[in-house]
Amino acid sequence: MAVMLKDTTLEKIRRAMKCYPDKRSACMSALRIAQLDDPENRLTEQAFRHIADLLDMTPVSLHEMAKFYTMYNLEPVGKYHIQVCANISCSLLGAEHIIRHIERILNIKVGETTQDNKFTLSTVECLGSCGTAPMMQINQEYYEDLTEDKVGSILDSLE
Amino acid sequence: MFEEILIKNIKVPESHRIVSYLRNGGYTALPEALKHSGETIIQMVKDSGLRGRGGAGFPTGLKWSFIPKDPTLQKYLCCNADEGEPGTFKDREIIEKDPHLLLEGMTIASYAIGASKAYIYIRGEFEFGAGRLEGAIQEAYDKGFLGKKILGSGFDLDIYVHRGYGAYICGEETALLESIEGYRGQPRIKPPFPALKGLYKKPTVINNVETLSCVPAIISKGPGWFSKIGPEKSPGPKLFCISGHVNRPGVYELPMGTPLRDIIYDHAGGIRGGRKVKAVIPGGVSAPMLTVKDIDIAMDFDSLAAKGSMLGSGAVVVMDDTTCIVKIAYIVNKFFSHESCGKCTPCREGTTWLTKVLKRLEYGEGREGDLELLDSLCGNIFGRTFCPLGDGAVMALRGAMKNFRDEFEYHAKNKTCMV
Repeated sequence: MAVMLKDTTLEKIRRAMKCYPDKRSACMSALRIAQLDDPENRLTEQAFRHIADLLDMTPVSLHEMAKFYTMYNLEPVGKYHIQVCANISCSLLGAEHIIRHIERILNIKVGETTQDNKFTLSTVECLGSCGTAPMMQINQEYYEDLTEDKVGSILDSLE
Repeated sequence: MFEEILIKNIKVPESHRIVSYLRNGGYTALPEALKHSGETIIQMVKDSGLRGRGGAGFPTGLKWSFIPKDPTLQKYLCCNADEGEPGTFKDREIIEKDPHLLLEGMTIASYAIGASKAYIYIRGEFEFGAGRLEGAIQEAYDKGFLGKKILGSGFDLDIYVHRGYGAYICGEETALLESIEGYRGQPRIKPPFPALKGLYKKPTVINNVETLSCVPAIISKGPGWFSKIGPEKSPGPKLFCISGHVNRPGVYELPMGTPLRDIIYDHAGGIRGGRKVKAVIPGGVSAPMLTVKDIDIAMDFDSLAAKGSMLGSGAVVVMDDTTCIVKIAYIVNKFFSHESCGKCTPCREGTTWLTKVLKRLEYGEGREGDLELLDSLCGNIFGRTFCPLGDGAVMALRGAMKNFRDEFEYHAKNKTCMV
């Protein structure tokens, strides 16, 4: 195997395997852990092969999982992945303006990454934060009750 | 005076810690429950009249009673924390701010059905909540509320957190089971029902976070106390999450059957800018929308069903008179087609086509016959799918088209919006 997962990543995956009576059930955790530990925040071919080996699965069956569940990234994602909710409650309170505003600030469209690989912008379905709409998630953090001004200062604050 | 049980603890600092929960009387229902047999606990939950808070409203005690009594069989409890129905943000409140309430409810439920393993299926985006749950589980083990021989009884229980990773469909109970087992979240055909063949083909109960969080109060205050709150056939406290064009959006714990008008005007502070209500989705986007003429409806399972809508998850989305219903229908339908798991054709192809037609109506490219095409597509999806996702898409659209057909016609004819 060319590039192995790091020992610390493997350790986390082995811990996740203890939660289930069979190996396969740990595949979602394993993919999540590998992605979070990846410098480009994505799943690489090496990761698929290594996890498949660990869980007695085939790389293609792990690919099937990663294609089905939308939070797994198969392409590199910027250092900050901005995901703006575009569902009903956020739309009613101006999600569209927030999205357009971010596009203007970063000079990219939804689905794109800035040239310096710092930001990727996506829209997502409901994130369960409708009482504090409009909202977005950046990496694992929620930002709520957004206004255009607030979005500007949030993006400014990210190193 | 209505007494909160579900969000009563969340206002204190560090409410997620076990010390806060214990200080507020937490973990007193569990030792009480352990004095009784599992069957007695099931009977108490039946007597309380508790119905599932995830959306379907199935009687909880009855669901538990379907689990075979054979003590040699491994059984599982799964908590559905895959909160994803747009407009819904109630379970997150419990998960993040009072996780021990859920854990105590899960422990009592597991004891009642004889499960020694339980999983909490939480959506992947709730990273903060998953951390809170894992922290709370560790605290519960340390204090002897989880693990072997809980509180000196013969009852063992382990609880694990399983994270989803972006699939609304995993809130459907059999898709949830597939996902825990490491497969794509595609619903299974029923029967067999999970009570007989669920997780790893073993008897399994799947309950929503709010449902399980009602259980400690049913034990400590008694089923009679619970059943006297709200309407006789769907009693108890209910978390309503209200969002959209209201002054004070948020989660409110109120008696089941509270009038919609009171929720909007008394609790959520009325409509922003003093505008008028145009439409209200009463139970998450799958629930057909109501109009202002229905505003005095009692918010419970049966009253809403009688109006052709549903209580669903108790997610109330309020739209004022500036809202374009065609646009809302498009957003909602796009959601369903995005989240269709692809297993069955009517849903996979049908929701895609619905979205296509709604998109062109919304963007001023509607054609003659588009409304009839939508009607016919709905007819080819509804009742013909594996699971309720396709039905939900149709119910939402039919609700919008029934109440606001003139707006759809206007979009088709004039290529623009009438609002």
